[in-house]
Amino acid sequence: MIGGVASVETAIEVRDLRKSYGELEAVRGIEFTVRRGEIYGLLGPNGAGKTSTVEILEGYRERSAGHVSVLGFDPNDRPRELRARVGIVLQSSGIYNYASVAESLSHFAHFYPHPRDVDEVIELAGLTEKRDARARTLSGGQRRRLDLALALVGDPELIFLDEPTTGFDPAARRGAWQTIRSLRELGKTVLLTTHYLDEAQELADRVAIIKGGRILAEGSPSELGVGGGSRYRVAYANGDGDPTVIETDDPTRLLHELTGAALARGEQLRSLSVTRPSLEDIYLELTADA
Amino acid sequence: MPSNAAALWRQYRFERRLFWRNLSAAFFNFLLPLIFLALFGAIVSGHQNELDVIVPGIAGMSVMSTTFTALAYNLTFMREQGVLKRIRGTPLPSGVYLGGLALNAVTNTAIQIAIVVVAGRIFFNLGWPPQPLTLVVFVLAGVAAFALLGASLSYAIPSFEAAPAVVNSVFVPVILVSGVFFDVKHVPGFLRDIAQALPLEPLINGLTGGLVAGHGDINHHLTALAVIGFWALVGVVLAVRGFSWEARRA
Repeated sequence: MIGGVASVETAIEVRDLRKSYGELEAVRGIEFTVRRGEIYGLLGPNGAGKTSTVEILEGYRERSAGHVSVLGFDPNDRPRELRARVGIVLQSSGIYNYASVAESLSHFAHFYPHPRDVDEVIELAGLTEKRDARARTLSGGQRRRLDLALALVGDPELIFLDEPTTGFDPAARRGAWQTIRSLRELGKTVLLTTHYLDEAQELADRVAIIKGGRILAEGSPSELGVGGGSRYRVAYANGDGDPTVIETDDPTRLLHELTGAALARGEQLRSLSVTRPSLEDIYLELTADA
Repeated sequence: MPSNAAALWRQYRFERRLFWRNLSAAFFNFLLPLIFLALFGAIVSGHQNELDVIVPGIAGMSVMSTTFTALAYNLTFMREQGVLKRIRGTPLPSGVYLGGLALNAVTNTAIQIAIVVVAGRIFFNLGWPPQPLTLVVFVLAGVAAFALLGASLSYAIPSFEAAPAVVNSVFVPVILVSGVFFDVKHVPGFLRDIAQALPLEPLINGLTGGLVAGHGDINHHLTALAVIGFWALVGVVLAVRGFSWEARRA
């Protein structure tokens, strides 16, 4: 196959991916496809195999087995053209402490064939006020934004974000989310790993829940919320005022019965609520230790 | 994409600019050989034959500290910080990046050798180098061997905290046995054999030919050059096989 000639639709394809470190099997047969222009989330607890998977796709690690294609290339060959079309935000990585934000970005911009305007990237990352500050004077959150800016300065088609907001305060997270959403508007593809549910729910078009090196469930956050035999939860206060919770797959029928009976008794169902399990419930259910 | 030569030049200039930003590091980098020259110049003042040993000795030590020591530290620091890993994820070719670091180190070597040569002329009655070709050839050979060995050593250093201990446990014994501060002729035979098999003593041997009159032209130092060349080859093999772009995982 000629490198780079991939499907127009597919950015990343992973089939039966496996990775072992000695005895430890960190990735045990993962499969997923990331479509161009979508934000795809790998969600799972620490040690689930997210970073191993992503670092294989980034070309940092060799896989033990399986098929992987990133923009039509095998990342294991580390082709320069692929690196020019991909932006990487690692979980932690060093920067030039004695260079300013603008200097680092304009230096990195020269690595790429079609870089973005440095000041535009600085603004996108929310670092305008720190443009001329040396990296060593930046706060943790600002350094993280510089990480993102450095990944974007080459105008990549595909961006890997490995836990991009870990350690952020709530306001900084909102800001980072806004930046990541703006990538989708630019037509970029994003592969995001996170152990924050709300982050996956906020950002990802589709999510794979990963644990023990396997994908336990995959779908859009809302699909994951309703599908797969997940149950609705109907809660109300009974005649004595005690809270009652009933789980059901058929809330329509249950509500009809409950409300019918209450009306027949001439009572009200106080504090009545019907909730769908959130992604969080699914996540906790799936990743709970048996 | 820019050509590799243009990228190398850009990387070199960037490293250079940042080197001068860390002023205390830059200052001590150049102060060390000056302190040694001043101290030993004072100690052996008036004894020209000893000055003839000290000046090339300190020139050799400068080559080793600006390449071997500096690269072992820098590469360990950059690896542990994750700078190497970040660079590896960009389209910048690895060789261009490492070449920029090496050129930066070599520039410091050139500055220090210039300081030693000028000090030798002004304070130690050595005159200008009588054999400039020998001087240049040996500085280049020494730079190549020690830069490669320093890059290789970084692989053996598990963390940045361990770097000074590991580097000094190599650097200090080597400068002591190799005749930086005294004539190797005065040390016991087995130590002299060890010193002559290591790269620094042959380097000082050649630098003596370049800096001090009366030691013959480059043809008198070809054995020394061959030993340095051997160590450069060892450095190539070790650096290619052992180099690591990533911090080891806990």
